[in-house]
Amino acid sequence: MNFDFSDDQKQLRDEARRFLAEKCPPKAVRAVIDGKAPYDRDLWKGLADMGFLGVAIPEAFGGSGAGHLELCVIAEEMGRALAPVPFSSTVYLAAEALLLAGSDAQKQKWLPAIAQGHAIGTLALFEGTGNPSPKAIKLTASNGVLNGTKKPVADGAIADFAIVAARTGSTGRDSDIALFLVDLTSEGVEAKALTSIDPSRNQAEITFTNVKAELLGAANEGWSILSQVLDRAAVLIGFEQVGGSDRALEMGRDYALDRIAFGRQIGSFQAIKHMLADMYVSATLARSNCYYGAWALSTNAAELPEAAASARISATQAFQHCSKNNIQVHGGMGFTWEFDCHLYYRRSNALAVGLGSLSHWEDQLIERMRQKNAA
Amino acid sequence: MNFDDTPQEAEFRSKARAWISANAPREYEDELKKAALGRIQLKSANILDVAKAWQKKKADAGWAVPHWPKEYGGRGASPIERVIWQQEEGVFGKLGALFIIGHGMCGPTMMAFAQEEHKLRYLPPLASGENIWCQLFSEPAGGSDVAGLRTRAEKDGDDWIINGQKIWTSGAHHSDYGILITRTDPNVPKHKGLTMFFLSMKSPGVEIKPIKQANGQAEFNEVYFTDVRIPDSQRLGAVGDGWNVSLTTLMNERMAIGANVATGFPELFEFCNNLMLDDGPAIDDPAVRAKLANWAVRASGLRYTAFRSISALSKGERPGPENSIGKLVAGAMLQDVATYALDLQGASGVLNGPEDAEVAGKFQAMLLRSPATRVEGGTDEILRNIIAERVLGLPGDIRVDKDVPFNKIPTRGRA
Repeated sequence: MNFDFSDDQKQLRDEARRFLAEKCPPKAVRAVIDGKAPYDRDLWKGLADMGFLGVAIPEAFGGSGAGHLELCVIAEEMGRALAPVPFSSTVYLAAEALLLAGSDAQKQKWLPAIAQGHAIGTLALFEGTGNPSPKAIKLTASNGVLNGTKKPVADGAIADFAIVAARTGSTGRDSDIALFLVDLTSEGVEAKALTSIDPSRNQAEITFTNVKAELLGAANEGWSILSQVLDRAAVLIGFEQVGGSDRALEMGRDYALDRIAFGRQIGSFQAIKHMLADMYVSATLARSNCYYGAWALSTNAAELPEAAASARISATQAFQHCSKNNIQVHGGMGFTWEFDCHLYYRRSNALAVGLGSLSHWEDQLIERMRQKNAA
Repeated sequence: MNFDDTPQEAEFRSKARAWISANAPREYEDELKKAALGRIQLKSANILDVAKAWQKKKADAGWAVPHWPKEYGGRGASPIERVIWQQEEGVFGKLGALFIIGHGMCGPTMMAFAQEEHKLRYLPPLASGENIWCQLFSEPAGGSDVAGLRTRAEKDGDDWIINGQKIWTSGAHHSDYGILITRTDPNVPKHKGLTMFFLSMKSPGVEIKPIKQANGQAEFNEVYFTDVRIPDSQRLGAVGDGWNVSLTTLMNERMAIGANVATGFPELFEFCNNLMLDDGPAIDDPAVRAKLANWAVRASGLRYTAFRSISALSKGERPGPENSIGKLVAGAMLQDVATYALDLQGASGVLNGPEDAEVAGKFQAMLLRSPATRVEGGTDEILRNIIAERVLGLPGDIRVDKDVPFNKIPTRGRA
């Protein structure tokens, strides 16, 4: 059994960690949070130069064609560094949708641009409060013309193109939903930035008024493609959450070793030790579930839907758990703007809902297990 | 990343599988599968006889304790081959419960510290299950603080005279031998005055009394020692070095990876698939789903954590203190899962008669047994200390009795 990343993949992870330690220190994250720029353009260019944006894009489309396991190790480091760039929207959602369902022409147009850092993509799915579901999609597509509003769209105000989920019929079946590829510079597109609990990442509302769009994939398969994209993204974002969990745990551990109160290191109190031990447990369970997700993703296994939901739930819980208790270990200092604890707390809670809520994924996991059990 | 065996591992697995398939006691397979936590019983046979027969059969073919050296009753298998054997033995591994302490703790301690003559004499019948061994560590005054033990060993010529009491000794009533940690010097700090021995459980002056547990069962014992005589040749390690010897025992135990640690989740999932609530099947209820999903990812997380450890073993790495998470997560889960399964049964959840209770009272038995899982072999709190100190590098507890002679340590909390 070799249920681990290869030496080459671990080397890539180390390389990504070194690169991000240099190019994406907390100061860089704070620059975006403070509104100095909507995202870190230099970092984005650097990620392109390192080949990280195209690591899972085949060579024929301008990527390095390394694969999804390589993307997982990079994702972990992106999460650890809280990288303030549209990586997940562009690479896990838009590029994966193109890879799964794009025509050759669509792939040729957008994938090389993504790999080179010239195009930012996103997925426009949500329309206000709610979870991923065909019923929740009201934006209409009629003869390739879109009308409606999407909110929130991650990185929507900085994206060059979007994959838009639209309603083409009202039979009540999944086949009512189709995906469209929209150049966001098109006439009739209006994007407005929204404030969020995690200002290190852009959120937007995008209104489509009589916007001409091209189909992505077959018209009646939009929902099925979308489900696959969300599963893939669940694993990849899971790795970001694992990276964030580990960093939050480290920060808490380091503070517990440095801080003296009542004449001793606070890390010598069992109340603190046990809190950190529990964080370690959560982070470890999440990592292991994500490794299984990585295996399923990289082999396109039939187990992917179940593995992805497990990774999603476990990693969401771990990052929320580690980031909130990291603040608790820090005490009052953890609640200052100056300390970085809140950056992880913000990111963990933003990622927790970004692909739909925890309860949605809990429901999905048990439904998938039930179906497998019945089969 | 893959789940494949190396060619060498595959060869070992196919050998093990072929032998098990030709030799395992299939007639008990169903009963073993259904056995509830803490009460493995067979309707048609004595579990002790079946377990001993299976162990002996394995021993005759060299499969008894595969990772032990050949001369002591094993086949010199590697740590990863040990895991493969466990995977292949599957449900029949439950028959090994009687031998876990002997094979996992007593044997390795004997291997590290006994005289060669004693190893050759005692280890093969331990491997084959002809002799059962127990571990005499815990005492009424020394549970988590095992070094606080008070059983005395006093030198008398070439012998030692033992007086005192042990508690929570698994399987003492079946045992032929035991390893025993004693206090040989109460005038030095507690960790420094300990010495380890092995002895025959049939020695004059050894008295074994079963403990009636909170769940009504009796898996453990109290063992009383009254002027029990042990020859000095049965000492394991130096006089006063018993604490280090016991650490060897406990470290060896860590090599056993709990890939199949019981969490109760598969049972609960199956139960919810079959249970009808007022509004339909339990499995379709959103509140039930949320609960199940939380436990599902803990169970799968443990499974894949074990796979990661197995992969490390396969590369020749040694598992470390991070393996403490298995029991820490599983123990609490068992208790929570059982509590919830009763809740789903409504007022009938109180019943545990095999005829009246859902799934023959499996969850009621789990509920009543699970508190012990969170205590035995390291409490939840000790396991968290191990993770905090040995994995995360946090400071050890401040030990107020560290430099105090053992006989000056207070023994009562309130006057």
